[in-house]
Amino acid sequence: MSARRTVDVSGLPTFAFGHHQLTWWATWSMIFMEGTMFVVFFVSYFFLRTPVPDWPPAVPPPELLWGTVNLVIILASFVPAHLTKKAAEELDLRGARLWLGVSILFALAACVVRAFEFTALNCKWDQNAYGSIVWVNLGFHTTHLVTDLIDSVVLFALLFKGPLDGKHFVDVSENSIYWYFVVVFWVLMYAVIYVAPRLM
Amino acid sequence: MPRRKKREGKGKEDARAAEAGPRVDAEALREAARRAVAARADRALAEDLVDEHEREALEKTWGDPPGLWGWLTTVNHKRVGKRFIATAFAFFVAGGILAVLMRVQLARPENNFLGPDLYNQIFTMHGTVMMFLFAVPVMEAMAVYLVPLMVGTRSVAFPRLNSFGYWMFLFGGVMIFVAFFLNVGPDVGWFAYPPLAGPEYSPGKRADFWAQLITFTEVSALVVATELITTIFKLRAPGMSLNRIPVYVWSILVMSFMVFFAMPTVALGSACLIMDRLIGTHFFNPAEGGDPILWQHLFWFFGHPEVYIIFIPATGFVSAIIPTFVRRPVFGYAALVLSLVSTGFIGFGLWVHHMFAAGLPRMGASFFTAATMMIVIPSGVQIFCWIATIWGGRPVFKTPFLFVLGFFFTFVLGGMTGVMQASVPLDLQVHDTYFVVAHFHYVLIGGSVFPLFGAFYYWLPKITGRMLSEALGKLNFWLMFVGFNLTFFPMHLLGLVGMPRRVYTYQPGLGWAGMNLAATAGGVLLTLGVVVFIFNFFRSLRRGAEAGDNPWGASTLEWATTSPPPSYNFLHIPTVADRDTLWKQGPDQPVVVGLRLDVRQVLVTKMLDAEPEHKEEFPTPTPWPLFAALATTAMFIASVFTPWAVPVGMIPVAAALVGWFWPRKHQAEERAPDEVKERLGEKTVRQRLEALEEVGA
Repeated sequence: MSARRTVDVSGLPTFAFGHHQLTWWATWSMIFMEGTMFVVFFVSYFFLRTPVPDWPPAVPPPELLWGTVNLVIILASFVPAHLTKKAAEELDLRGARLWLGVSILFALAACVVRAFEFTALNCKWDQNAYGSIVWVNLGFHTTHLVTDLIDSVVLFALLFKGPLDGKHFVDVSENSIYWYFVVVFWVLMYAVIYVAPRLM
Repeated sequence: MPRRKKREGKGKEDARAAEAGPRVDAEALREAARRAVAARADRALAEDLVDEHEREALEKTWGDPPGLWGWLTTVNHKRVGKRFIATAFAFFVAGGILAVLMRVQLARPENNFLGPDLYNQIFTMHGTVMMFLFAVPVMEAMAVYLVPLMVGTRSVAFPRLNSFGYWMFLFGGVMIFVAFFLNVGPDVGWFAYPPLAGPEYSPGKRADFWAQLITFTEVSALVVATELITTIFKLRAPGMSLNRIPVYVWSILVMSFMVFFAMPTVALGSACLIMDRLIGTHFFNPAEGGDPILWQHLFWFFGHPEVYIIFIPATGFVSAIIPTFVRRPVFGYAALVLSLVSTGFIGFGLWVHHMFAAGLPRMGASFFTAATMMIVIPSGVQIFCWIATIWGGRPVFKTPFLFVLGFFFTFVLGGMTGVMQASVPLDLQVHDTYFVVAHFHYVLIGGSVFPLFGAFYYWLPKITGRMLSEALGKLNFWLMFVGFNLTFFPMHLLGLVGMPRRVYTYQPGLGWAGMNLAATAGGVLLTLGVVVFIFNFFRSLRRGAEAGDNPWGASTLEWATTSPPPSYNFLHIPTVADRDTLWKQGPDQPVVVGLRLDVRQVLVTKMLDAEPEHKEEFPTPTPWPLFAALATTAMFIASVFTPWAVPVGMIPVAAALVGWFWPRKHQAEERAPDEVKERLGEKTVRQRLEALEEVGA
């Protein structure tokens, strides 16, 4: 018998999923700050729009085709991202490899289509303030596409090459949460870049 | 408690047995008692031996490699915290020297000590350095050191990110000073309004370096905020439910959330500014549909919360220091916490009061006047709670407490002039005059620097293990207090008689010379105060009295470990049964056992009630955060000269981040291998996980 009263934690697990573990908080922190930036970019867009009678000023609005294609691709990518997350949380290595691979293909497709989007904006960043805000908005979202693509590729390589432990399944699951964020903000940004100039 | 009761109970039983009759042999009883005492002594001895063994094992696991390599690769929150504090303080001294140079120039009319161009650089550098390189970083730095100790854990969450945050801060600060010494220091004011800061009126690279400094410090602030929030929510000692965390820790939580929403705005604004300057965008160029007012909104949506990001942790210091020096728990814990949280919210609704002179709609101005006046309410609640705490206690007038009293006096004065300026007509009258300079120095020095110095005197004994001299401390306080008021009080009057800010000289005969000379004299006293502090600090390292674990008899967990704390913070993770845990806990408050000694294992607890949840393994010393910071620095600095630096520079940054992330084999194998391997092969792991979680709960 020990003289000291104790709380024994030796039986506790060494990793957990969701908000129980630390990476989830880091992911959401990232989402909070990046989300703030997205929102401030949107607000800046409408701030610059307010005093101008014609919008977009002196140029046609961006063409719908590539942006809409990307909307479809990115919305569809939600499915493999979700399946990746589920597989990771069940520690199903084969499932995680498969669905993360599929997610990467979607992200690659989105990046390629994004390049076409830039060619179809009908404006340049140094033309006027409208051009600047549109390019920077789209560029900001593209940065997120590319970073998450790189993240996913690194995780994919890790799933094949190892050394693996439980924590890496947590990372795969968190990667999907971050992708959800990229998806949600693409829907909003599509509305700002492609829909707003046609409505206002 | 139960143990003591049990022992007493046993004693009574024995006594009763002794009284019961002749059947009990007194000699046998004495023998039994002697054996019990010996057994207890043996047990204590055995426990000491076990403790000693555990200390050695933990030191081996949590210690850093020796020498320079250890210094560069450490991820220990205390080492990083200390250098963070020291670096921020060095920038404080540098910013102070710049201020003294300005005071010398302004001591008499038509002085030619500094020319207008250098003066512009110096006042811009002073504001930028004090806000971005001193005030916010030092508050985060103190939290990086203190919060893990105060919540009773072994490390800050994400220790590598912490180290990265420090390097980014250091490199950004060095960059701006190198630029300044090469005569490319920013000269457009600490808020860099376009069009002055735009490409047309500020050619050259000066404003670009300013904009990139912002990026550096924002990256640093954001990563530190992330790790502080996670530490506070997930790494608290068992039993430290949300309503038991120290008020100081609450203040850091609120500060970190404010950082999340404030810093991205200015980072984005400064990115737009630098794009306007470098790649021809037109965000702030009215000729092409841009708007300089957009910059003012972006800047002040960050800039005003920034004031609270600095002020809220300072109130946390005050809430930590007062109870200790009046020997009673803080009055109105819930009210204090709610005030902090509401200050955090209202702080985001005030930014336009910096723009009253920019010609905004009157309705909008009225709204922001009301919001500005509203924030006085939570500040007032806090001040009344502190007064009530002091009222109900027995004050001990040590140096930390003196600084708190100095804070009351100066901050309340600064708050008063703040309320005055909430009113648009008065604001328009004093806008851009020394009245504003006086106001914000009263708020920032009074509201933050005084509590910070109090915090230095309070916590340095914990950090260094040595007490600072009380006599020098009092001298330090009075020099700073008198010097501060002599410097800044006359500025109220100077502003009211019309002296504008940011002028490098003024004509004789305006009636400004006497007050300016007084302000300069005050500046000298203030500087002397800081010099006394620095002397006191270095003196304490050699000749200060040993601090011991808890020199002030304080109630929070950081005082439960040695001074300075070991690399692993606590031999046993404590548990908490009360808000003022060291004052209230019984002698046998349980401790946590079962964390591994051979890997850096940290206990993760539930967010609300801090029940043990799982154990997470933390990283060992690594150079990757340093490499990542170097790569990022190279990219940021090169981007001042060519936009191609961004896509090209991203490659080494990405490589460094992958290196950082990639697991090392021995680590992964060490990590509870049977558990993981078993799980990887199993189909019904989900059930097993749940079962394990149940055991944990």
